[in-house]
Amino acid sequence: MQTVERADFDLIASWVKPNERVLDLGCGDGSLLKRLIEERGAFGYGIEREEAGVLAAIAQGINVIQGDLEQGLAGFDDGTFNHVVLSRTLQTVRHTERLLTEMLRVGREAVVSFPNFAYWKNRVAVMNGRMPVSEDLPYEWFDTPNLRFFTLLDFEALCAKMQLVIRERQVLDEAGQLVVAGPNFLGSLAVYRLGR
Amino acid sequence: MMSVGLVIPQQAHFSAPLVLKSGALLPSFDLVYETYGTLNAAKSNAILVCHALSGHHHVAGYYADQNDSIGWWDNIIGPGRPLDTDRFFIVGVNNLGGCHGSTGPASINPATGKHWGADFPVVTVEDWVTTQARLADALGIDVWAAVIGGSLGGMQALQWTLSFPERVRHSLVIAAAAKLSAENIAFNEIARQAILSDPDFHGGNYYAHDVRPLNGLRLARMLGHITYLSDDQMAEKFGRRQRPGAGSYSFEVEFEIESYLRYQGDKFAGLFDANTYLRMTRALDYFDPALAYDGQLAAALAPAQASFLVIAFSTDWRFAPFRSREIVHALVHNGQSVAYAESNCAHGHDSFLMDDAYYHAVVAAYLQRITL
Repeated sequence: MQTVERADFDLIASWVKPNERVLDLGCGDGSLLKRLIEERGAFGYGIEREEAGVLAAIAQGINVIQGDLEQGLAGFDDGTFNHVVLSRTLQTVRHTERLLTEMLRVGREAVVSFPNFAYWKNRVAVMNGRMPVSEDLPYEWFDTPNLRFFTLLDFEALCAKMQLVIRERQVLDEAGQLVVAGPNFLGSLAVYRLGR
Repeated sequence: MMSVGLVIPQQAHFSAPLVLKSGALLPSFDLVYETYGTLNAAKSNAILVCHALSGHHHVAGYYADQNDSIGWWDNIIGPGRPLDTDRFFIVGVNNLGGCHGSTGPASINPATGKHWGADFPVVTVEDWVTTQARLADALGIDVWAAVIGGSLGGMQALQWTLSFPERVRHSLVIAAAAKLSAENIAFNEIARQAILSDPDFHGGNYYAHDVRPLNGLRLARMLGHITYLSDDQMAEKFGRRQRPGAGSYSFEVEFEIESYLRYQGDKFAGLFDANTYLRMTRALDYFDPALAYDGQLAAALAPAQASFLVIAFSTDWRFAPFRSREIVHALVHNGQSVAYAESNCAHGHDSFLMDDAYYHAVVAAYLQRITL
């Protein structure tokens, strides 16, 4: 469940225009949606699996729908949303390709952020023989909800294979600052806008 | 958290004729109702509680002169409870056609001086909403802060947003569906056949014969009761446990579940009217707001102005969660406000009556957001 402001929220918010419809997958307590509604004048729904997240989102007045992303987005009509957001959640999903396909079925644009496993500090940790624990990968290996560990290059290779169009890519370091040069080495968190 | 305590039912008489959806006309009718909490000066804090098949106006609190008279949804209503009577003015009403004081088949037809019996018309969810709106008028409530109900009550909460879009700010649709499935209707039909085939039914005019189709009503309730529970819960509560003296190779009560069902059937048959049961199940069957829209639920729900909270229970197979999600997806399609929660409460369809922590927390959190 997300409780703190996230660096990727600034970027995502900047991409959303007034009156646009947003679907936030794994919305937690609805913080991102609340921000998109209040700051950007968007209209949105969130999907959340955990009871604590659903309760917190309802308490914030968010249109939260309890459900499991692994079941896909059945029931949501094609092209319902301007943006379908998956913030720091793709690495926890088993059915990766199906979910990306579903996102671009119900939405015209998919916004995906994920921790970059090839971030230099992660590389150093592995070089030193340990799995990385960092701002964007904050779990020990034995209690992590993350199922998939991948890099910017890995993700872009999947996009190419699935014929998804990368409309924009922004990469952030651990402090939330934009990374321009050497993103797969210096970037801790990647945020993509994808289309068909 | 407390109960609302002692309550007293009230009665409202409506002398203007009422044309029902069937075309039948009722020259006048009465509704019994109860209220809890205080209507504020702006009259903006009223919540209507709609009852399900066997419910009535006595939703919360208890009566002074009766033991064991706690309202059927007392656990959710009271000071500090999810339907907080320190904040809200709650109204419970016995629906038209009921058997707890509102005009129904057991009432006297003023035209004949006899019980209505078989002549009492078939009423629908839409008719109930119409009559509830007349009660709201009488109470001076222009707009409900919320209309809430479980099962058949959830259908009324949904219908309110369609019949009177401008009079409902929030609709809480719990353990319900936008229409019955063939299986649901099939269960209702067996329940009705049990009543209709009871020799004491007399075509619905049993009052004149001084008998009641108790056996049929009992069977109807036993069947219904099974569908309100979950398999797991029945296994846990009864399993294959046997009564003393079991194994006598007879058809007497041998298993605990048999004893339980007979007890529930007897209890219900003693309190309920068979003609009302027939009409309540028919109202369930007929409810289908999408019918007039080529089966397109989204089109049917488009007029609603309310925000929705839809709740389902994972163990409910009579109104399974996917039926609730149909409502949610139609609302999302239209860009209407809706939140949806799914509780793991183990009690099947009856979960909506249970004091399940997550379910009640969701209702409380949602209602706390309502500005008055």
